[in-house]
Amino acid sequence: IMCASAKYNTRGPALIPRMKTKHRIYYITLFSIVLLGLIATGMFQFWPHSIESSSDWTVEKRSVHDVPVVKLPADSPIPERGDLSCRMHTCFDVYRCGFNPKNKIKVYIYSLKKYVDEYGTSVSNTISREYNELLTAISDSEFYTDDVNRACLFVPSIDVLNQNALRIKETAQALAQLSRWDRGTNHLLFNMLPGGPPDYNTALDVPRDRALLAGGGFSTWTYRQGYDVSIPVYSPLSGEVDLPERGPGPRRYFILSSQMALHPEYRLELEALQAENGESVLILDKCTNLSDGVPAVRKRCYKNQVFDYPQVLQESTFCVVLRGARLGQAVLSDVLQAGCVPVIIADSYILPFSEVLDWKRASVVIPEEKMPEMYSILQSIPQRQIEEMQRQARWFWEAYFRSMKAIALATLQIINDRIYPYAAISYEEWNDPPAVKWSSVSNPLFLPLIPPQSQGFTAVVLTYDRVESLFRVITEVSKVPSLSKLLVVWNNQNKNPPEDSLWPKIRVPLKVVRTAENKLSNRFFPYDEIETEAVLAIDDDIIMLTSDELQFGYEVWREFPDRLVGYPGRLHLWDHEMNKWKYESEWTNEVSMVLTGAAFYHKAIYNLFCYFNYLYTYKMPGDIKNWVDAHMNCEDIAMNFLVANVTGKSVIKVTPRKKFKCPECTAIDGLSLDQTHMVERSECINKFASVFGTMPLKVVEHRADPVLYKDDFPEKLKSFPNIGSL
Amino acid sequence: MQTRKKYILLTFLASWLLLFLFGGDQLRRFSLFPGRKAEARRNWPRWTDRSLLKSFADPEELQRDGDPSLLSPRERLAAWLSVYRGSRCRMETCFDFSRCEKHGFKVFTYPRERGQPVSETYGKILSSIERSRYHTANPEEACLFILSIDTLDRDHLSGQYVRNVDEKIRSFPLWNGGRNHLIFNLYSGTWPDYAGDLGFDIGQAILAKASFDTESFRPGFDVSIPLFSKEHPQRGGDRGWLYQDSVPPRKKYLLVFKGKRYLTGIGSGTRNALHHIHNGKDIISLTTCKHGKDWEKHKDTRCDRDNIDYERFDYQELLHNSTFCIVPRGRRLGSFRFLEALQAACIPVLLSDGWELPFAEAIDWGKAAVVGSERLLLQIPSAVRCIHPERVLAFQQQTQFLWDAYFSSVDKIVHTTLEIIKDRLSPHRSRSRVLWNALPGGLLVLPDFSTHLGDFPFYYLQHGRTPPAPAVCSKLGARLNTCPSPPFFSGYSPSKKFTALIRAVSQAGSLSQPILRLIQAVSGSQYCAQIVVLWSCEKPPPPSGKWPQTAVPLTIIQGRRQLSDRFFPFEAIQTDAVLSLDEDTSLSTSEVDFAFLVWRSFPERIVGFPTQSHFWDPEQGRWGYTSRWTNELSIVLTAAAFYHRYYHSLFTEFLPAGLRELVDGLAACEDILMNVLVAAVTKLPPIKVTQRKQHKEVVAQQAECRDGAAGTPQPGQRSPSAPHSAPAKVKGTAGSRRFSQRQGCLDQLADWFGYMPLVSSQLRLDPVLFKDQVSVLRKKYPSLEKP
Repeated sequence: IMCASAKYNTRGPALIPRMKTKHRIYYITLFSIVLLGLIATGMFQFWPHSIESSSDWTVEKRSVHDVPVVKLPADSPIPERGDLSCRMHTCFDVYRCGFNPKNKIKVYIYSLKKYVDEYGTSVSNTISREYNELLTAISDSEFYTDDVNRACLFVPSIDVLNQNALRIKETAQALAQLSRWDRGTNHLLFNMLPGGPPDYNTALDVPRDRALLAGGGFSTWTYRQGYDVSIPVYSPLSGEVDLPERGPGPRRYFILSSQMALHPEYRLELEALQAENGESVLILDKCTNLSDGVPAVRKRCYKNQVFDYPQVLQESTFCVVLRGARLGQAVLSDVLQAGCVPVIIADSYILPFSEVLDWKRASVVIPEEKMPEMYSILQSIPQRQIEEMQRQARWFWEAYFRSMKAIALATLQIINDRIYPYAAISYEEWNDPPAVKWSSVSNPLFLPLIPPQSQGFTAVVLTYDRVESLFRVITEVSKVPSLSKLLVVWNNQNKNPPEDSLWPKIRVPLKVVRTAENKLSNRFFPYDEIETEAVLAIDDDIIMLTSDELQFGYEVWREFPDRLVGYPGRLHLWDHEMNKWKYESEWTNEVSMVLTGAAFYHKAIYNLFCYFNYLYTYKMPGDIKNWVDAHMNCEDIAMNFLVANVTGKSVIKVTPRKKFKCPECTAIDGLSLDQTHMVERSECINKFASVFGTMPLKVVEHRADPVLYKDDFPEKLKSFPNIGSL
Repeated sequence: MQTRKKYILLTFLASWLLLFLFGGDQLRRFSLFPGRKAEARRNWPRWTDRSLLKSFADPEELQRDGDPSLLSPRERLAAWLSVYRGSRCRMETCFDFSRCEKHGFKVFTYPRERGQPVSETYGKILSSIERSRYHTANPEEACLFILSIDTLDRDHLSGQYVRNVDEKIRSFPLWNGGRNHLIFNLYSGTWPDYAGDLGFDIGQAILAKASFDTESFRPGFDVSIPLFSKEHPQRGGDRGWLYQDSVPPRKKYLLVFKGKRYLTGIGSGTRNALHHIHNGKDIISLTTCKHGKDWEKHKDTRCDRDNIDYERFDYQELLHNSTFCIVPRGRRLGSFRFLEALQAACIPVLLSDGWELPFAEAIDWGKAAVVGSERLLLQIPSAVRCIHPERVLAFQQQTQFLWDAYFSSVDKIVHTTLEIIKDRLSPHRSRSRVLWNALPGGLLVLPDFSTHLGDFPFYYLQHGRTPPAPAVCSKLGARLNTCPSPPFFSGYSPSKKFTALIRAVSQAGSLSQPILRLIQAVSGSQYCAQIVVLWSCEKPPPPSGKWPQTAVPLTIIQGRRQLSDRFFPFEAIQTDAVLSLDEDTSLSTSEVDFAFLVWRSFPERIVGFPTQSHFWDPEQGRWGYTSRWTNELSIVLTAAAFYHRYYHSLFTEFLPAGLRELVDGLAACEDILMNVLVAAVTKLPPIKVTQRKQHKEVVAQQAECRDGAAGTPQPGQRSPSAPHSAPAKVKGTAGSRRFSQRQGCLDQLADWFGYMPLVSSQLRLDPVLFKDQVSVLRKKYPSLEKP
């Protein structure tokens, strides 16, 4: 189409008649051709679609009752029973999943069919609301694929959530005739209510061969660790009732039991607890004399008192979750939703998602034998911990229990983590509630190591054009015994650095790096030339530091390698009048920052500026870097913020205060006390505090001096005698 | 004409543009994927009647949950006991909890029999248990039993194989079907299948075994231990090889392997494929066929060339210089190289399908190792290349932490095994995974002290970030989705008050001047919550009327007159910080205030005033120690020091009774032990803060108490005020006796720990304006500068 119209158009101008009417006709023809072309393209685009739309998968509105019916012959094959020895490496075909850069498994869902036996009786309910929600969630997730050939995991649309609602043998036959069944390899079944009377097996009774089972009531004997996934029993009340999160603080009851179908033996034990401990224990039961129309599932009674369920759960600190006929109980979900700490009494029960969730932080597991001691066991838990457990319980519900979608995605993520373990989600991401994630720091240098002294440090001098002062700094710094290399960052693009012969002769290698742009953040670039862990950043006008002071600074850094160790200290203060932060450079008794005009730090911290992923601060460092470069100021304050934010630690100021003023620098470019400079730096603090959303800087009242500093002791016996001299 | 041309051109262009816009994409797809027609993803249908679907179970059914009266809990338990035995043992069915109730977790080792030699390794395991604080010599009070028969090597071709184990254990009256027994094993099965059987019936015993496979592992019952060599040290152990965090954390090689290539038999599938990933540059994978007697029989075409390459690289050098190390299965699932790689900070890449990783019940291996799949060997290079540098750095540090916390000695491996079993006995008083996987590690965190992170000195910083103000939060929250939901988590911080614990020993009926002054000075501190006097004297303490009136509560505790008493976890101490004092310590209020603020910055360390330092004396071949004025320090005397109250629990409950007895026997060793303990936990030096006057220390406390001598301290040469008198010069006084005992103490402690935990520091913390040339009025602690 395109080619045709183009051809016509190119020939067009030569054939144009001069008459206006003819022009019009010509234009009309032209437009109609273009229009036709467009329509044709449009049809071409949408035509094949509408053809496919009429096939069985579409957006087209359909009812579950219209799905194709499949008749299962009585003698169609039945899968083997589940193989208890199955593990990922024996029963799972990992080659189907392949290596993919996103490290995501692909999940295929079989289309919905209605299965009937030879006599036309249906095998099960077609699909339940929950299973439909679950499949919808998988289909909407990034795990989903519609291409059966690219799938790694297959989810049958045969609903086996509740074993009571299906015919076991026929369901198994239905599974076996799935197009990619292949002994159940890489098939995932979801089941919440396994077993049936009288023995209530703890895993789905449907023979399923090698299929993985996401089950809601596994015991340690049926759960194939690392293969099956233990999931919660979904409580439909989660969708119906909105229980706002309740803050910490005392609750009316200490222990509450709300289950209706307790075995009499358990109930006796609970009542004994109540008799012993009185009002703080509340044992509820079903209501016997409810008026008609009141749903029994939403009420609980104690003697004549009627309580709303699940609201009453919020009135208690601990809520008992006892096993019933099955191990998995929907009440667990209600209890978590209420922010009540579950006391789980169900020996051998595999808790939901126990492969990744740390239930010790959200629940108390008590062996059935120890039920009589429950009260004293719970009493021994410190109040602070109870509050954390309440918060944790609520978080587990919000993240992993609240909807079928949450349950489905967590299950898939667990399987995904097994297949791509090197890209797995960490313990913290699974378990820490957002507030804890927020408040925790992940220090990139968490291992306490004191780096060997022999490695020495690299001095990085940032300079613009003060050559004379620079040379003095180089000469002074080169006297420090542990200096191993000196790097000059020449930040002036208009002027060349002095010739080689003019530079001072020093005992360590001296390298000059020229920068492409005059940026203050060049100081923090992780130059390849830096081979030591320790870096001394020093300005080209800092000539007053003695060799002893610098060497001592290095020794202090070795003891605190994850901190900024610097000489001039500064402080941030809250200005109550202005209601904002203020920068302070006066002689104060406190320190919260050190200037990077003379400071030691770890090379890894350099990289903070470049590639350290902040767990929860996303793009912030980038923002800050741009701010620093734009304002040509505050790069040192930014560095203090960054380090404090990842380590949660204070800076270390070393050695007494000196007048940090060089003879020849003017008030403008030195570390001046100039008023506008101070205002700007105060602004920086406010800007950074808002970017980080917090004030990470820590205020301390101490500085580091040599052990024998100013002690009455012969100077010549001191390691660092020349400290604090002017 | 011109305008017309322009119009035409415009229309032409417009039509082209439109065509591209609408049809281009279509055409492109059409031409590139002629086979696969472009189509929307076929999602799960949105059923029109989805809201009418029935729930999977009606609420009544969910809440009633079957018919509960079917099986009573007791009947069920009885049924379990008969069914779930042997390979289906669990703690509920095969372990007798009642044995552990009365006496707690006590471990009994069978007496070693004559003529029944045990291997060196099993000897180490037994002595680790005997050295542990859980050991008991009385089988009556034992909760767990350990056989004296060496069961480590159950390969019946091996020389260490012990025969007729079945008969022997049946003759033990305590065996009881293996109930509450723990059996250690390193090697099981033999050529050709190396199956897991031990060659005897373990009954209901717990198995602590290396190379455990997930199928025979009984979860929550067995313990998987690492394979370690017979050279593995009994205690202490070498530290890891990571001395510094290099950045970027890459080393010379990315991935290395050097080992045997099995040509046949079990495990050959993986070992035979390893050479495929060798690229000669950053991935070195070297294999040799030379092993066993008849390797040449199975030799293939690669063997000779591989053998030459194999000799060119040194295993140790590869370990040191590689970021990742392949740890494939051998004939069995576990191998020595797992621990070797861990120690070398070479991140293990595990290729051992179905291996139940060591202590996986407690340790989160995803933080320290890459768990690969044998079937996907060829994906390993690209997978490890994709790991971000900061994760590599974290991995490396975690390997070192795990090595040092759980694996570096037989003691640690055995104690970890015991602690894991102990944790199962009372789940509500056990360590969460956080405690196992963060510094300083599960062995050093006592769940009996607390299960709350905020009660320990180690986790303040991890959860110490200040939350944003609500205003900031609402602004940020929308963008970052990180705003904490109420109730707010405010992090942990050490308590803002301290308890002063004064040890009084030398009273002759009435209170001396120094202690009165001390009580005044300490109670003057705004941070002081209470004063506790530990009365360690035969004479009863003066009546309450004789004690000075203080603003804070003053409690007197009668001590047992043991030196280690002062570190007993007294109920009375409720604050996180303890200020430990001797009665004749002289401190001013501002010194106490300043030191306490410093401690709040370093809550896991000892922060104090008078210090000493240790050194290695090469001539005598032992640890020396000096209190002379030095440029370094490694010990802070507990005569005036702040530390966390958790260290009281650790001192009294973690250290075995034998060590405390040793300390009680040697004078003045208890504060060294405290320093050694804290240094062993934190790997960090203590902190010295500035002090107005030099501290005078009480000498020969016990003697004075007994003799009723006056409370004047003897002028010991240990006192820092006499820096030039060498300790060896003065002999015969109580001081020098004490000094030499102290030397001996240090040696014995280093021996017990297996290394010297003390770390030296070269700094002292002073107030920011200390002795600066500014007006005294500006200074917060002017009194510290008075001569």
